Amino acid sequence: MSKLVKLKKGFDIKLAGKAEKQIEAFQPAQTFAIKPTDFVGMQRPKVLIKEGDTVKAGTPILFDKKLEKVLYAAPVSGEIVEIKRGEKRKLLEIRIMADKEVSYETFDKFSDSDLKSLSKEQATAQMLKGGVWPQIIQRPFGIVANPDEEPKAIYISGFDSHPLAPDYGVLLKGQEKFFQAGISILQKLTSGQVHLNLDAQSEVSPAYAGVQGVQVNKFEGPHPAGNVGVQIHHIDPINKGDLVWTVNPYGVVQIGKLFLDGILDASKLVAITGSEVNKAAYVKTYTGANVSTFVRGNLKSEHVRVISGNVLTGEKIASDGYVGYYHHHITVIPEGDYEEFLGWIKPTTSKLSFSKALGLFSFLNKGEFKVDTNTHGEERPFVVSGVFEKVLPMDILPTYLFKAIISEDFDEMEELGLYEIIEEDVALCEFVDPSKNDLQEIVRNGIELLMYS
Amino acid sequence: MKALQNLFDKLKPNFEKGGKWEKFYTLYEGHRTIAFAPDITTKAKGSQIKDAVDLKRVMITVVIAMIPALLFGIFNVGFQHFLAVGEEATFLDQVLFGAMAVVPTLIVSYAIGLLTEFTFCVIRNHPISEGFLVTGMLIALVMPPYIPLWQVALATIFAVVIGKEVFGGTGMNILNVALTARAFLYFAYPAQISGDQVWTYLGDKAAVDGFSGATALSVAFQAGQSGEAVTTALAAHNSAIGDSLYSFANMFLGFIPGSIGETSVLMILLGAAVLVGTGVASWKIIVSGFAGTYIMGLIMNAFAVNEFMAMPAHYHLVMGGVAFGIVFMATDPVSAAQTESGKWLYGLLIGFLTVIIRVTNPAYPEGIMLAVLLMNVFAPLIDFYVVKANKKRRLQRATV
Repeated sequence: MSKLVKLKKGFDIKLAGKAEKQIEAFQPAQTFAIKPTDFVGMQRPKVLIKEGDTVKAGTPILFDKKLEKVLYAAPVSGEIVEIKRGEKRKLLEIRIMADKEVSYETFDKFSDSDLKSLSKEQATAQMLKGGVWPQIIQRPFGIVANPDEEPKAIYISGFDSHPLAPDYGVLLKGQEKFFQAGISILQKLTSGQVHLNLDAQSEVSPAYAGVQGVQVNKFEGPHPAGNVGVQIHHIDPINKGDLVWTVNPYGVVQIGKLFLDGILDASKLVAITGSEVNKAAYVKTYTGANVSTFVRGNLKSEHVRVISGNVLTGEKIASDGYVGYYHHHITVIPEGDYEEFLGWIKPTTSKLSFSKALGLFSFLNKGEFKVDTNTHGEERPFVVSGVFEKVLPMDILPTYLFKAIISEDFDEMEELGLYEIIEEDVALCEFVDPSKNDLQEIVRNGIELLMYS
Repeated sequence: MKALQNLFDKLKPNFEKGGKWEKFYTLYEGHRTIAFAPDITTKAKGSQIKDAVDLKRVMITVVIAMIPALLFGIFNVGFQHFLAVGEEATFLDQVLFGAMAVVPTLIVSYAIGLLTEFTFCVIRNHPISEGFLVTGMLIALVMPPYIPLWQVALATIFAVVIGKEVFGGTGMNILNVALTARAFLYFAYPAQISGDQVWTYLGDKAAVDGFSGATALSVAFQAGQSGEAVTTALAAHNSAIGDSLYSFANMFLGFIPGSIGETSVLMILLGAAVLVGTGVASWKIIVSGFAGTYIMGLIMNAFAVNEFMAMPAHYHLVMGGVAFGIVFMATDPVSAAQTESGKWLYGLLIGFLTVIIRVTNPAYPEGIMLAVLLMNVFAPLIDFYVVKANKKRRLQRATV
């Protein structure tokens, strides 16, 4: 049964610097990196190559000793130029200097009809070998899925409602065939449904139009309507003991390509956005691209923060850093390390706020906001009640959940719904919190407490 | 502004570790963040941008919402004075006279309160928080017009220390801090904060004949005792000085004796509009608080055994501190119920209790203070059941 869910709670952050729907010919990135830190929950990464080795796209370069079957593969072909480690030899980055022309490892190729007869074991084996398995994320906890387990259902959020998020219509253009193939593979992995959740407010993009074998659900409302966690909550909530998997549409396409073309195609479109870039557009590159060629020389001002991902859940990277494994999006906004005279009391319409306490007249400002990284205040205890509830469209009491995590009360955490959320689901809470607490970090701490206890 | 920034920068080394005023770093930081919104940026991971609102902004909004009540209070103190001594006075006279009474109270409450707060911040080395911005104003507004200033100081210290700091400071308190101050005075110095003599300041002048200085509530209470209809008693009172002192309209507009900020329901509703409009206070608590008062007023009417109980229910809404208490005290987000459904019940029960205490308490015909304090204590219990219901829903849908 197709479902239409209307969400009222939430908040659309209107930022300046949306990417134009065109592919800009930026200088191609020279180096690419796989960052083990992108894979939440990776415990003991083990490197399979040495500096100086040459790899092809799809060559395994890394695995996690906790989950040995899952191989992490090189996105492009080239030479391993650096294996960067941090404190206590923590593995930070594996950098690859890319060849001009990407050469691929070859895997088994299947035709459409072959796909149908493929067994679950064969499909899993090919996905593990081909390096696409990390695209599958497990809930609860938001970590890379374990191939030995079977989920109750698989969820795909077909749209991204984050601020300045790339348009999946652009990202998936021309990939219809691969998307369908990916779905066919995913179907084998679960005895339950594969859910594809779409935005009810915009037209269905061609990549999703004729998809077979999925349960289509529609969601309407402000961000976080596009968050897969919110969608699962409204379709079939996760309880203790449940296991579901989620895949990003790009991941589905990548899986499809592995089976139809027999290669790991890590090429992707990345949206370059934000108020501080001159040309906000899409660029064609590969997973883990170095951003310097897209960012340097494309800046309106010097003092900026480059974010891999969106402004709510992304991560700060250097202006010559690397795009995160799961990201299709770079945001560049001004750094906000300045003091503002009486900034907390001045009436204004130019600042972005969910709260009307900041100038009753901010509704006059209908335009797009230029927001910097200033926190606009210091950390305080939870004083104002009810704000989190207004932006979290789930039957969860966020304040109590956060307090349970802070006090490390395991029973409360479980009972109040920590199985249902990961960081991105509380990102808006973190944004609107007048007490400036790091709620995403709190949630991750809670998840780790539950996982490793 | 650069000069001020430079001054702060110059002073900074003295407060940093190893500086001569190292212990007072929190004071330095507190003052700097009042002058300048701080230059803190978001962390590398997590939300990269933050909402422009902070706690200081929230708190100052509440203070702004109280300004109409404060201004009217200043005027009304003067107005009541000249009315009681039977003198003609211009508007300006009334305001000046009122200001002479109210402003010192305000200054004492803020100065002593902040001093106490700063002392704790220094001792504990925790950041100065903005909670007292609101508390200082609230304490002044719930005081009778002519309260000895040393009592205000004592009550403020008690409220900040016992009401808040022993629980861990702003955001951790169980009771409403300002009401703690008032309750302290009520129990420690009952003569100065109850009875008929404290609501109008006579100074060295004598009152005109027939002046009693009673609040509307105590008139109603007396009427209840003597078996006279409350409305008649209020009307009879009117004739003593001027006309219609205790008419419904006057009680709504606030031209009656009472605590500094609580007499004018109109001004308080103006404040409520600001609070609800900005989303700072919960409209649920305000609506259910008034509803609870009115409903319990009607119930009292139905079972009336004396005239006070038979008083028209809508009179409860404009008499005494009900409006002030519901709008500014009950909505305190820290001590109120924090769950959205809990807020309905919380407000409703405050309304109920206020009227029950009013009409049944033989000593003191005002109930809002005790009702709010009592419900402060019960708010966590209400929340507990709301949270429990949520957990139960969560468990029920589980299939395993």
